[in-house]
Amino acid sequence: MTGLAPATVFLQSESFIYVLYIVAVALFIQGLRGLAGPTTAVRGNRIAAVGMGIAVIATLLNSSEGNWGLIALGIALGVAVGVPAARQVKMTAMPQMVALFNGVGGGAVALISWVEFRHYGSTYGSHAIHSVIDHPASCVARNRFEEECSSALIPTSVHIGGVPTYVAIFSVFAAIVGSVSFWGSNIAFGKLQEIIPGRPISFGSAQQIVNFVLLILALAAGIDLVAGAHSELLFIGMLLVAALLGNAVVLPIGGADMPVVISMLNAFTGLSAAATGVALNNPALIVAGMIVGASGSILTNLMATAMNRSIPAIVAGGFGGGGAVAGAEGAGEHAGTVRSTTAADAAIQLAYANRVMIVPGYGMAVAQAQHAVRELTKELEKRQVEVSYAIHPVAGRMPGHMNVLLAEADVPYDQLKEMDEANPEFQRTDVALVIGANDVTNPAAKNTPSSPIYGMPILEVADSHSVIVIKRSMNPGFAGIENELYFDPKTAMLFGDAKSAVSEITAELAQL
Amino acid sequence: MILASTLTTNLAILVLAGFIGFVVISKVPNTLHTPLMSGTNAIHGIVLLGGLLLLGLTELGAFSKALLVIAVAFGTINIVGGFLVTDRMLEMFKVKPGGRDTGKDGGDGGEAKSAGDGREGGS
Repeated sequence: MTGLAPATVFLQSESFIYVLYIVAVALFIQGLRGLAGPTTAVRGNRIAAVGMGIAVIATLLNSSEGNWGLIALGIALGVAVGVPAARQVKMTAMPQMVALFNGVGGGAVALISWVEFRHYGSTYGSHAIHSVIDHPASCVARNRFEEECSSALIPTSVHIGGVPTYVAIFSVFAAIVGSVSFWGSNIAFGKLQEIIPGRPISFGSAQQIVNFVLLILALAAGIDLVAGAHSELLFIGMLLVAALLGNAVVLPIGGADMPVVISMLNAFTGLSAAATGVALNNPALIVAGMIVGASGSILTNLMATAMNRSIPAIVAGGFGGGGAVAGAEGAGEHAGTVRSTTAADAAIQLAYANRVMIVPGYGMAVAQAQHAVRELTKELEKRQVEVSYAIHPVAGRMPGHMNVLLAEADVPYDQLKEMDEANPEFQRTDVALVIGANDVTNPAAKNTPSSPIYGMPILEVADSHSVIVIKRSMNPGFAGIENELYFDPKTAMLFGDAKSAVSEITAELAQL
Repeated sequence: MILASTLTTNLAILVLAGFIGFVVISKVPNTLHTPLMSGTNAIHGIVLLGGLLLLGLTELGAFSKALLVIAVAFGTINIVGGFLVTDRMLEMFKVKPGGRDTGKDGGDGGEAKSAGDGREGGS
């Protein structure tokens, strides 16, 4: 360092870099605060992006060694993939996109842990051979403070000459969780993109045992590595077992449970980043990782609550069996009492209503009907009909999925009602128009204790004066449960693709 | 005298950050949960820093270097893609000037979008 100008020394000093990290982290938090409302959200996101820029610059200041070419190569590759993907993705494909980005993040964590092991793994455990004193670079690069770089002062809990045991623990933890979330997210992506069948794929009752064995194997390998098994083969084996675990956890999960899974994987990647942060002694990584972890955990919990299911039950998979039985019973009970309607009749019904509540579901996303729905709304508003949208937290395939689609179609934010806000309004609603939503409107969740979805909070569509349901066919939804709503005397079914059905109603309305 | 070690300092940061995250994220309305997920994905891209730090090490083998380049690429995809896609989504949530009856305002949206892109390119 002797030849460097004082300014360079200052810029590369740990204190200065640390201050930059604090600034970056403060900007992340401030940015996320902006997400509390739609007016401040855009700004909030950009504030967070600036924070990220600062964190990256701070880190580049620190890495005095170089390898600039490789850094540039990695960043260029990332930009070349990330920018077009983010620009071109359709709003209906957003769940896949989020799953994919999430997986990539988990993959990065697993790879980083792997390299850490390659570099420091020989010092894991008590049989340390190399001494850190021989590698001052590791002290600089790891941003370590003196206590660990000067071996004389190392406290007894730290193995002499090696990286501290806790570094190994956090690094191995990050590797396992990162690998699980990389593979889990990729499977979720495959299911959402329909590369892999969306229905649950599992070993049936053996599934939990398989998952448990894989988890134990991964943990055992991890403990062995921390204890000082200097085997890269074992490390790779651990990554592979974790990969299998990621597959085994997500494959049995069906489409409608996706919101929970995506949120959970989001939490996992966050926690793995925080663990990497502890292993690398990088405060920016710790804070950012924990924030993502908190966000994912909150969302997972919200989604599970909105389905009245416990997270372990969803992970264990298994909605199918009981649901199918109940569905069969329901069909026998109700067969033949469904009333179907036409677009023309539906248009008349809507035109003479004062208040219409639209209840969108995954069917609207599949049919890409959001713009058609917006056109219908405009036509109704011309006729002084008050229109709003009731959105169940788990409608669609990820948290907030419906809201994004409707926002894309320029539906004003204040017309979107959350479940708690919407439910009291159904009683004052003349026509509830259900578009591709099923289980979230099923009164069985309130009335039939034997139903598998009993206790799940629903949109109380049946409270409105009349109901029109747009649906492809009478096939039961994901849960395989017959929807009592369809047999209600005030419900009319309009069979067809959501987009064309809605467009037909709009056309009929225009002619009235 | 009790010396705070690096570990305990980091654990303190970890726990406090968890609480802050919990408080801040709890305030995000359901409507914005998809942008929240893609936004936190972008923030998760911070693992890029780990890749950058390790690339600064000497004596890295070719294989380690290759792994790190992939990790850096992954992290960059997270950051750039995540912030861009979140920006795109949030632009759509903006309350349109003139209240609920205004129709599409294509020119306005396009302009705001390109401003956002410019910023991303710079950082």
